[in-house]
Order: sequence, then C-alpha cells, then structure tokens
Amino acid sequence: MIEWQPVLLSIKVACVSLFFIFFFGVAFAFVMRKWEFPGKAAVEALFAMPLVLPPVVTGFLLLVLIGKQGPIGHFLTESFHTQIIFTPYAAVLAGTVVAFPLMYQSTKAAFASVDTGLEDAARTLGASEWRVFWTVTVPLAWSGLVAGLVLSFARALGEFGATIMVAGNIPGKTQTLPLAIYFAAESNDLTQAGIYVLIISLITFSMIFWVNRWSRQKSQRFPVKGVF
Amino acid sequence: MKQTKIVMWLLSIAVMVALAGGCASFKTAPTTQPVEITVFAAMGLKEALLDIQKDYEAKYPDVKIVCNFAGSGTLQTQIEQGASVDIFLSAAEKQLNELQKKNLINPATRKNLVGNQLVIVVPKDSNLGLVSFQNLEKNDVKKIGLGATETVPAGEYGMEVLKFLGIWDEVKDKSVRGKDVQTLLAYAEMGNVDASIVFSAVAVTSDKVKIVAVAPPGSHRPIIFPGAVLAGAKQPKAAEKFLSYLTGPEGSKVFVKYGFNPLGAKQ
Repeated sequence: MIEWQPVLLSIKVACVSLFFIFFFGVAFAFVMRKWEFPGKAAVEALFAMPLVLPPVVTGFLLLVLIGKQGPIGHFLTESFHTQIIFTPYAAVLAGTVVAFPLMYQSTKAAFASVDTGLEDAARTLGASEWRVFWTVTVPLAWSGLVAGLVLSFARALGEFGATIMVAGNIPGKTQTLPLAIYFAAESNDLTQAGIYVLIISLITFSMIFWVNRWSRQKSQRFPVKGVF
Repeated sequence: MKQTKIVMWLLSIAVMVALAGGCASFKTAPTTQPVEITVFAAMGLKEALLDIQKDYEAKYPDVKIVCNFAGSGTLQTQIEQGASVDIFLSAAEKQLNELQKKNLINPATRKNLVGNQLVIVVPKDSNLGLVSFQNLEKNDVKKIGLGATETVPAGEYGMEVLKFLGIWDEVKDKSVRGKDVQTLLAYAEMGNVDASIVFSAVAVTSDKVKIVAVAPPGSHRPIIFPGAVLAGAKQPKAAEKFLSYLTGPEGSKVFVKYGFNPLGAKQ
C-alpha cells in the first residue's frame, strides 16, 4: 500500500548529493585554511548563504540558472540537447547546494582544531603536503568530518523548498519523500503523509543515534569529544 | 547632561500622549468597519475573480473581500481542517460534494457558476508542432505540466482526457505535477515544460503562451465551477449576496470576458 519509490529516490538523491558535498566541502575547507586572499571573508559568507537563506530563495536562484531560458539551461540545450530542470539531477543539485554549508562548516571547524604542531612534525620528518593531509590532518579531524557528513545527508534527504522548484513533482521520477509528504498532506491523506513522516524521522534518528554511539566508543580509545 | 535628560523625558511624554490619542481615535472607528467576506477560490478563477472583486467593492464600499487562491483540493483540506471561510468556489464538483457530505457547506446556497474548457498551452516560441492532446505522446515532448491529480481539478480532468485517449501510461512519467493551475502556466511561460494542460480561462491571461489544442468533447467530465456558502460562515448574508452577484449579469459579464461560460440559470 505504501509507495516506496519516494523513499528510495530520496535516499539515492541524498547519497549522490553527499558525494559532491563531501568532495567540495573538504576541498574548499582545505583551500580556505591554507590560503589568505583579499575578499576571503566575503567568500566565507557566500559559502554559508544556502544555510541561512530560505530554501525557496536558493531554489529560485537555481531555477533562474538552470531553467530553459537561464544561462546554464540555455547552454545545456544548445550544446547537449538536454535539460536538467524537472529531472532527478536537479534534485541532486538542490540537495548539494543546500547541504554544502553544513559539510563545509563542520570540516572547517574540524581542521581548525587540528594541532598544527603535529602537522609540522610530520613535515620535519619529510612527509609531503599530500601525505600530511591524509595521514595527520584527516584522521585527527575525522569525527568532525563524520558529523558534517551526517548533518549534510539528513539535510539533503529532507530538502523541500529548492527541490520542488527545480526538480518539480513527477511521481516515480522526481517526487522525493518531503514532496510526497507535502502532496499527501495537501490532499488530506494524513495516513500516507504520516507513514512517510515516520520513515524519514526514523532514518534521521537512527543516523544521529549510531554516530553518537560510534563516537562515544571511539572516545574511549582516544580523547575525542562526542559528535553531537 | 541634565538638559538631554529633560529632553528625553519630554520626548517620551510626547510619544505617550500621541499613542493615547491614537488609541482614542481608534476606538471611535469601528462603526465604519466594512463587512469582510473570506473567499477560498480555485486558482483557475483568479484573474476573473480579482476583476469582479474590484467591481463589487466599488459598488458596495462597506464590503471587503479577502481571497485565497489555491488548488481546489488544497482549499478543501484547509476547510476540513477548520479554516474560517465564508465562500468556497471550486473548479470541480468533487470537492464541494465531499464538503457537503461532511455538512461543512450550506447546501441551499450551492450554485454552479461557470463552465470552461481544458486546453493545451505551449511556450510562444515552441516549434514542436503540437496540435492535439494525442500529440503529447510524441517522443520530442519531454515534459508536460499537469495539475497534481489529487488536489488540482485541471489535473484530474487532464488525466481523464489522457486515459480516454489511451496515452496515460506513456505520458504520466513525463508530467510534472503542479500544485495549482497557475504554476502550470508559469512552467510553460518559462519554457521549462513543452506543454501544460490548463483551463482556457487561465491560458488567455498570458501572452507568453499560445493555445494549440482543446480537449475533445466527451473525453472528460463536464468542467463545472460550483460554489457555496460555508456552514460556518461568519458573514452568511453578505456571502450569499456576493455569490448571487457572481452568477448575476454583472458577474457573468466578467467571467465571459475570460472565456468562461456562465451556468447561472441552471442548477
């Protein structure tokens, strides 16, 4: 009786988004930690924008960009004869943009808490920057990275405002869990909406629960504080 | 310093006096407060109803009409959940029937207002050569705007047509379900869909789209916009008067302008 499609789609979209979020979040946090440049504060603020802007504003900006008449939409039509508006790719884009700041901020904070003395020690022993990053910085910042991943995943999973604007509502194709909840509630199908609410709550609850457990077990071996 | 303090005191006293004066003048006002009628109306009626509202408020300055437009199913849900409404105008009989079953409307006031047609609109610069509903099946029609079938009557009528033509299964996976008929129009205006299925009265309000097809007769239930005063209306008298105005000559004239066919005489 329950349609599982929205649940599966949401998980798929959140997973693919998470891949991009992880990559960009860590890359940008790394770059911003290393380099000083004029206007850095402005860039920092820009990165935080999707977190504080109403998702519907983010959605509007994306719509203007990837809509058929927008610069990206126009480019895609001209060059590839394709569109990403009203496709699952647009849902991934919305999820990525909206959840990116959570990963970026967590990673930045985690990197900042790494003792630079340890990194310098590795350098004096002849380790390359790449090796220092993967064998010293990342392991020390790991619990912060996991926190960022969990938060971003949950945020991407629950993304609604921007998603409905750019991915639309095609049942079975782009209708994610939050959209299914919205449209079920609109048609007064409270059972259906309630089941979906329960599912998404269970997913997010269990994620936070397991991460907290994991970090507590870990902190018995290392002096690391809990994630949440 | 002392002087600033005195000035501050004088200022705050002045503000208080002004406030008190304001309150007093406020209290004398209610005698001229207009009667407020809350109308929940199907999105398809938006432009026509806003015109009628202007006329009506000009004719009866003591009446103020507050409109809330959305998909009829959405409005039905809002009413069922206790929204305070005087008049409900739906884009299909289903929503009103369900409210009537729950004793939420006053059946004696129920009327069929207008009828309309279901059409396909395409972006003005479209070159897909769509000329009929059957064409929606074509492969180069990538995305179609269709009302959410559970809450938007235009979507439900549209689904009936597509099922009647036997192309529902081919078309349903490329139809973006909008939350109301205005959204579908916007999708087509921006070119984000190749075509949208909307009421003709909605289509004519935009010069960024063109109408390329009308649903074949008999392919869907007749499109009827019914209305009624709610059982829990705060202004039942004024509401009933406005509802009669809608089906009267003045209201009908505006509806006709938007391509609706008045049904005032029937029911």
